[in-house]
Amino acid sequence: MKQPGLWRFHGGLKLDARTARATGDQIGTIPVPPQLVLPLSQHVGQPAEPIVVPGERVLCGQPIARPSGYVGAKVHASSSGTVVEIANHPVPHPSGLAAPCIVIETDGLDERWTGYEPLSDYAALTGPELRARVRAAGVVGLGGAAFPTAVKLGAGSGLKLLILNGAECEPYICCDELLLRERAAEVLAGAQILLQALAIPRCVIAIENDKPLALEALELAIARAADPRLEVVSVPAVYPEGGERQLIKVLTGEEVPARGLPPDIGYLCHNVGTAAAVARAVLQGEPLISRIVTVTGDGVAGPRNVDVRLGTPISALVQACGGYTGEAAHLLMGGAMMGFPLADDSLPVIKGTNCIVVASREEIRPRAPVMPCIRCGECAEVCPAQLLPQQLYWHARSDDLEPLDDYHLFDCIECGCCDLACPSQIPLTQYFRYAKTELWARQHDRVRSDLARERFEARRDRLEAEQAARKQRLEEKARAADEARGDEQARKAMIDAALERVQARRDAGASGPPGKDE
Amino acid sequence: MRFELTRPPHLRPARSVTRVMGEVLLALVPATIAWVWFFGPGILYNMAVATLVAVACEAGALRLRDRALHPHLADLSAVVTAVLLAFCLPPLTPWWITATGAAFAILFAKQLYGGLGYNPFNPAMAGYVVLLISFPEQLTRWPWPQAGLGEITPVALGAWETLRFTLTGALPAGVSWDALSGATPLDDLRTRLSLAATVEQVRAGPLYGLVGGRGWEWIALWTGVGGLYLLWRRVIRWQIPLAVIAGLCLPATLAWLLAPATFPPPTFHLFSGAALLCAFFIATDPVSAATSPAGRLVYGFGIGALIFIIRSWGGYPDGVAFAVLLLNMAVPAIDHFTRPRTYGHAG
Amino acid sequence: MIAAVAVIAGIALLFGLALGFAAVRFRTEGDPVVDRIDALLPQTQCGQCSFAGCRPYAEAIAAGTADINRCPPGGEATIRALADLLERDPKPLDPESGEIKPRTVAVIDEPLCIGCTLCIQACPVDAILGAGKQMHTVIASECTGCELCVAPCPVDCIAMVEEPVTLKTWKWPRPAEPLAAERR
Ligand code: SF4
Ligand code: SF4
Ligand code: SF4
Ligand code: SF4
Repeated sequence: MKQPGLWRFHGGLKLDARTARATGDQIGTIPVPPQLVLPLSQHVGQPAEPIVVPGERVLCGQPIARPSGYVGAKVHASSSGTVVEIANHPVPHPSGLAAPCIVIETDGLDERWTGYEPLSDYAALTGPELRARVRAAGVVGLGGAAFPTAVKLGAGSGLKLLILNGAECEPYICCDELLLRERAAEVLAGAQILLQALAIPRCVIAIENDKPLALEALELAIARAADPRLEVVSVPAVYPEGGERQLIKVLTGEEVPARGLPPDIGYLCHNVGTAAAVARAVLQGEPLISRIVTVTGDGVAGPRNVDVRLGTPISALVQACGGYTGEAAHLLMGGAMMGFPLADDSLPVIKGTNCIVVASREEIRPRAPVMPCIRCGECAEVCPAQLLPQQLYWHARSDDLEPLDDYHLFDCIECGCCDLACPSQIPLTQYFRYAKTELWARQHDRVRSDLARERFEARRDRLEAEQAARKQRLEEKARAADEARGDEQARKAMIDAALERVQARRDAGASGPPGKDE
Repeated sequence: MRFELTRPPHLRPARSVTRVMGEVLLALVPATIAWVWFFGPGILYNMAVATLVAVACEAGALRLRDRALHPHLADLSAVVTAVLLAFCLPPLTPWWITATGAAFAILFAKQLYGGLGYNPFNPAMAGYVVLLISFPEQLTRWPWPQAGLGEITPVALGAWETLRFTLTGALPAGVSWDALSGATPLDDLRTRLSLAATVEQVRAGPLYGLVGGRGWEWIALWTGVGGLYLLWRRVIRWQIPLAVIAGLCLPATLAWLLAPATFPPPTFHLFSGAALLCAFFIATDPVSAATSPAGRLVYGFGIGALIFIIRSWGGYPDGVAFAVLLLNMAVPAIDHFTRPRTYGHAG
Repeated sequence: MIAAVAVIAGIALLFGLALGFAAVRFRTEGDPVVDRIDALLPQTQCGQCSFAGCRPYAEAIAAGTADINRCPPGGEATIRALADLLERDPKPLDPESGEIKPRTVAVIDEPLCIGCTLCIQACPVDAILGAGKQMHTVIASECTGCELCVAPCPVDCIAMVEEPVTLKTWKWPRPAEPLAAERR
């Protein structure tokens, strides 16, 4: 292991990892449940479009929904069976809303679909070809954010470093640690594919220094792979080290520009689990149909990590880990900091589910009265984005949201550090999430109102133009009539004049010397 | 199975306002003991009076404002205000003076602005300044320190006599103020400097100890120890104490080097009066202090420098309260100009 | 004493000036005030403010003949934004103009539509598609929910429906935990 000079990011918290109880066992497997519920929106971006119909039989690994936009991901059947329904079902999401899902009644045969061919030698493939395979396999970021991997691979060229993120800093989560302990070679294979796909010269795998076994396994695998491009770096365990921006700062000392992405400064960051999924997709032609999930907490009898099919209900997952203990009181998806509570265990495991915590009352935050902000500044001390949460809170609380942008609200990574440090127990993170979604909604409304204004003005102009045109037509008609009338008068005048002349002559003839005209 | 929803982040927070305030009180214990040792039990009575009145006023104001009593009384902030006020008062102070200060601090300087978190001024200092202006004589009458004064034998009141004085404001028969009290070292120094004595001559007097005022230096030392405890417990951060000390010591050192006869050394400034109490306990009151790290340096330095200026040239012997209140006023401006650079933003 | 008060007042003034200077220094100049008011109005064009649309209302506000709390579709957020812009105190919506309702879109019950084109003529933003004696339909993404098309329809086939909340449009709720500082 090479230990280059490391930097540190501002703030952060040293947290108790709480992973010991779930890292004792190997990664387990669980039987395919009788019913799988696969949400169409398990990733960042547009929901996928179903390409199967109810009643259709599908095989394990068969695509059942395709991306509906550039930022999107395929969904595959995670076992063989029959599609019974495509309808709204509750999905694991902080909103607790229901969203479109494909429901599959499994047949227990787990018959494989063989549409994607395994490929042991990918050396001949170009970047776009590799990317297409990753896209076809429906791989998304498995660290929790679930951003479509292929889209990330399409960004930027001339990158200088690939960073594989094994810095799992959030309490309870240890699926990446187990992955590295047991499948380090697969992770490295994924790293090599990613390096080739984007022609990146070097890859650093970052792992926190409180995971010695995983580090050992990784070093061994690197020695076996004998690839000089790969290197492992052990980083100090501080939350939120695993945040992309924080990790880049620690490894390189550089900061990702606000509203920019890591490729803007030459880095690409992927989770180690994603790398393993890429390796499976490219080498074995295996789409993303399962993932490793940490099941832990005082409320579950046998905490451990399980490789589970996507769409499996959480209740089945917990059952496979020994079931609930009497203390089970709360259910969380994700870790203790950024995870969110679930109301029900019938929800399915999705691509972004890295951890399920069944917590007892004692192990999590009790309900406490919210006190006024005492401006102690602890929140700012721990904020890894170097914000002033107390100022953000001040404005968010009074619903004065416009100045928040000025205080860089949108640089908040919602890590929850400020919240945990606050002696007044103020739900800061939720205020910031509220303010963000509210501001986005207002932005959206503004776009809509601009459109409405445009259309309103266009219509008004059109009506005015129509009116003007009608008026003009009328006027023209009137003028034409006038003119016609004018002609008449002129002719009349001419006739009159002629008559007059005749009359005059006649008069003159009567009185003047005759014969003058003759 | 259904589960109860909770609020992320789900870990148990380590801090609460009650704990923060409790630690502050704890950190003041050694200084209190030193105080009792040198100046008798008067401060304990003052603390009791101030605390009773402060808590009662807080409760009354919360009632009037129709707010919940429990969380606000349990946060101990009123107690901290009361105790800090008591630290600034002479040990022999009649109860009604203390009570007036505590009541003003809580009712006017805190609750009128909206209670905890909303007061722009440090309540304890606001209360103290009101007392200083209203009762100038009573507030500058300090008893002799009771330990090791050499040639003069101090007359000191016992615990009962002190209590009686606190309750009635009357000295025991046969004891006069002249026998009982003198000036504080800072006060004495400024009076005698104005009578053309040199610092060296003045400091040879019985009121002075090794580095600061006799007795005072030990109190300051234990205050500093309490402050280090707060730093270690992360109840306060280093910026404000360091900046106050720097703001006081830098100009003091400069002046002392230039004119050692008229300016005492910086150590004297630190170990006399309320300088260290201010650095660790008063200026660090979060509500009325600047909030960004850079702002706190500016804020602390301003307070330190103002203390030096007021002590050297101002109308009052110790400038802590005025310095703090003045810088409290500057906080919005300081905060405005010292916003930290956010991650990923240039400059 | 007087000197002290004067010094304190002077310092207070100084910091006030510094803040004021910053406020002036960093102020951004912008469009004429009518445009800026109009930009804050929701452009529903419903006329509930008693003006013939958002722009006339904006003009009335700018001229000082109308108050800032007359726009129900804009709700609190618009009133607050207007108050900020015009440096006034926000006030609750004028109940005379209507009440704040969730945003809706018009839906035409197409089999019932007789193709009279009356709704097309009523719609301020041309959100209805159709021609004489043909079935009409609403382009949901363009509809502002102004309800102006509902009344003219002779067969009552237009209904206003709330937009459903999806994962994309869902908003984090404002934290509801009561502040200890609030009422008992
Ligand atoms: S930590 Fe809490 S109390 Fe302290 S400044 Fe931040 S929001 Fe206010
Ligand atoms: S949640 Fe946002 S404001 Fe709070 S510490 Fe994290 S990044 Fe900073
Ligand atoms: S009430 Fe509001 S949305 Fe309707 S016309 Fe008036 S300003 Fe426009
Ligand atoms: S369709 Fe109806 S409700 Fe929608 S904008 Fe047009 S008139 Fe208003």
